Amino acid sequence: MEKRVTFKGWLLPLLLIAPQVIISAIFFFYPAGQAIWQSLFIPDPFGLSMQYVGLGNFEYLLSDPYYRTSFLTTAIFSTLVTLCSMIPALFLAVVADRLIKGAGVYRTMLIWPYAVAPAIAGVLWLFMFNTRVGVVSWYLGHLGYDWNHVLNGGEAMGLVVVASAWGRISYNFLFFFAALQAIPKSVIEAAAIDGARFWRRFWTIVLPLLSPTTFFLLVVNIVYAFFETFGVIHTITSGGPQQSTTILVYKVFSDGFVGQDLGSSAAQSVILLVVVGALTVFQFKFVERRVHY
Amino acid sequence: MKNLTTGALIAASTMLSPFAAMAETEVQFWHAFTGRLGELVAAQVEEFNASQDEFTVVASHKGNYSETLNAGIAAFRAGEQPQILMVFEVGTATMMSAEGAVRSVTEVMEASGAEFDPDAYIGAVNGYYTSTDGEMLSLPFNASTPVLWVNRDAFEAAGVDPDTDLSTWQNVGEALTALQEGGSTCPLTTAWQSWIHLENFSAYHDVPFATQDNGFAGVDTELAFNGPAQVAHISAMGEWAADGKFFYAGRRNEGGANFRAGECALFTESSAGYAGIKAEAEFPFDVRPLPYWDGVGNSPQNTIIGGASLWVMEGHEAAEYEGAAQFLAYLSSSDVQAKWHQDTGYLPITNAAADATRAAGFYEENLGTEVAVIQMTTNEPTANSKGLRLGSFDQIRGIIDEELEAVWSGDKDAQTALDSAVERGNGLLRRFEQANR
Repeated sequence: MEKRVTFKGWLLPLLLIAPQVIISAIFFFYPAGQAIWQSLFIPDPFGLSMQYVGLGNFEYLLSDPYYRTSFLTTAIFSTLVTLCSMIPALFLAVVADRLIKGAGVYRTMLIWPYAVAPAIAGVLWLFMFNTRVGVVSWYLGHLGYDWNHVLNGGEAMGLVVVASAWGRISYNFLFFFAALQAIPKSVIEAAAIDGARFWRRFWTIVLPLLSPTTFFLLVVNIVYAFFETFGVIHTITSGGPQQSTTILVYKVFSDGFVGQDLGSSAAQSVILLVVVGALTVFQFKFVERRVHY
Repeated sequence: MKNLTTGALIAASTMLSPFAAMAETEVQFWHAFTGRLGELVAAQVEEFNASQDEFTVVASHKGNYSETLNAGIAAFRAGEQPQILMVFEVGTATMMSAEGAVRSVTEVMEASGAEFDPDAYIGAVNGYYTSTDGEMLSLPFNASTPVLWVNRDAFEAAGVDPDTDLSTWQNVGEALTALQEGGSTCPLTTAWQSWIHLENFSAYHDVPFATQDNGFAGVDTELAFNGPAQVAHISAMGEWAADGKFFYAGRRNEGGANFRAGECALFTESSAGYAGIKAEAEFPFDVRPLPYWDGVGNSPQNTIIGGASLWVMEGHEAAEYEGAAQFLAYLSSSDVQAKWHQDTGYLPITNAAADATRAAGFYEENLGTEVAVIQMTTNEPTANSKGLRLGSFDQIRGIIDEELEAVWSGDKDAQTALDSAVERGNGLLRRFEQANR
């Protein structure tokens, strides 16, 4: 039975939802409306004049093969970042959950990387993999592998994925760890008494019980990979070589704030809005079905 | 309460005491220099402020060249623009077409009666910042041109004579082979690949980089750097990259670290690399003219400049323009310019500064520092070597970088890559034309 509360009159309910509505209006609907409006124009950088071009900005973008490739790059990048940040986090959480001594220290150490700002994390990884002075690339060189992410697109992609996922592992770890602690010990013990071994218990009991957390993290991590990673990409590769690490949001940033092409940048934001909207609807409609609350 | 107010008043008056009783007019100056260059700019500002008590120039660092330009544009949109903004040469077309956002330097100087003579600047510099009607729009500040840096120790270690003639790319090609055979792992590296190996390359060989006199004659310009001369050069560089004779380190001046550490034998980089190389290199080095392909185009013509100029922005009080004019006049005086040139390796942008430096015997003491000056000024600039004036040029450079990387990694041949860069760049030029119609 659902509980229903009935309000007398309209004033109170309106007042109660007002903060949320106002915040959404100011921080979402107004900027989104502005982006849609701006995407119909080619303005000059100083905002002195605007040329109405209708859907010209969209036409220009979609006829650019590099822009179309950028969708694929974004899909690969966000899938890899999500996997690389969630799987190790789950593994670490499971291992930390079994610890009896020193769990606190272990946990604190694992959370540390989350405190590092994305751009700084980018610089850190860039130093380690610098083609000439980097520690890691130096060792790779000794093993006979010639690391050069400046020219090799695959290596560049690997580097930005690792740098973006690294700090995120801590965040995911926190959620997984909390969710594991919330699983009643009695369920696990009952399974153990029935003779289920660790991995069997993990697959059939722990993982399904973690599914709400996993789903939440999936949504949050994809949003992260889409929108919050451009600091890392900017410091490590600037989208290169040959746009192999130019994800959609990085192109919005570089065309708008480096190239001062605000019309194209606004049109890209609109496209991105549609893509992320569709993705979120998809996740809630199809992936959430497999989630047990 | 009374004590607190008195205390605050005393504190305020102590803070103000070094200044004259009358309030001084502040002039904001946004620039892009850090490190040694930042210190030198700060010293110039301090000297100007101390020399008079009517105006105070406040210099602020706003990030790298692109970031400084973007900060200026964002500030203009918000109505918070500085009086003086430093803009790199790549942003020149953007600034020139922003009528209503910038005020021409000639106009500012004339209104204030400050000393200013556009003809005092060397031709290649003057031409870059002068409108088609012959009005100088911004004040040239720091200008450099690419040269060839030679690590003499690396040559000797590989058993190659460091005094070998490196004036042509033909000779350089032979030297690279000899260096590699002698064990060098990095015979050649470069900074700013588009600026040096396409923009300057085109000017130096007197072939067009873009139509309409490289954009000087109108915004309906199209890129033209996929001609046979450029394709041949990029092809050769691509082969050197494949053979391990040319090491590509990155889009900006990343290669500088490798050269200064002594790993690379040859380095094509701005003449303004002088300050850094002199400070860090633990080996004897030479500065040579940028090589050219013998028999291609009209080589060697002259190279073009990179660097920045100072733009005066609209929307300020008359007194502030007066202050800006005084400061700009101070900066362009020949003493300040000569010192700047000698400290940094940037070109002496006025003829007087070049003469003063020569008279002081600086070139004899610092061999090679004059190479850049000679390379730029020996020949009168042609339509192909006056400079570049292209909209959205920062983005076009990004496109060129991408396509060149495809050549260095062997993904594309030079012709395909340059054709693609031209096509994609033209798309941006058409958008710029549309925005500034």
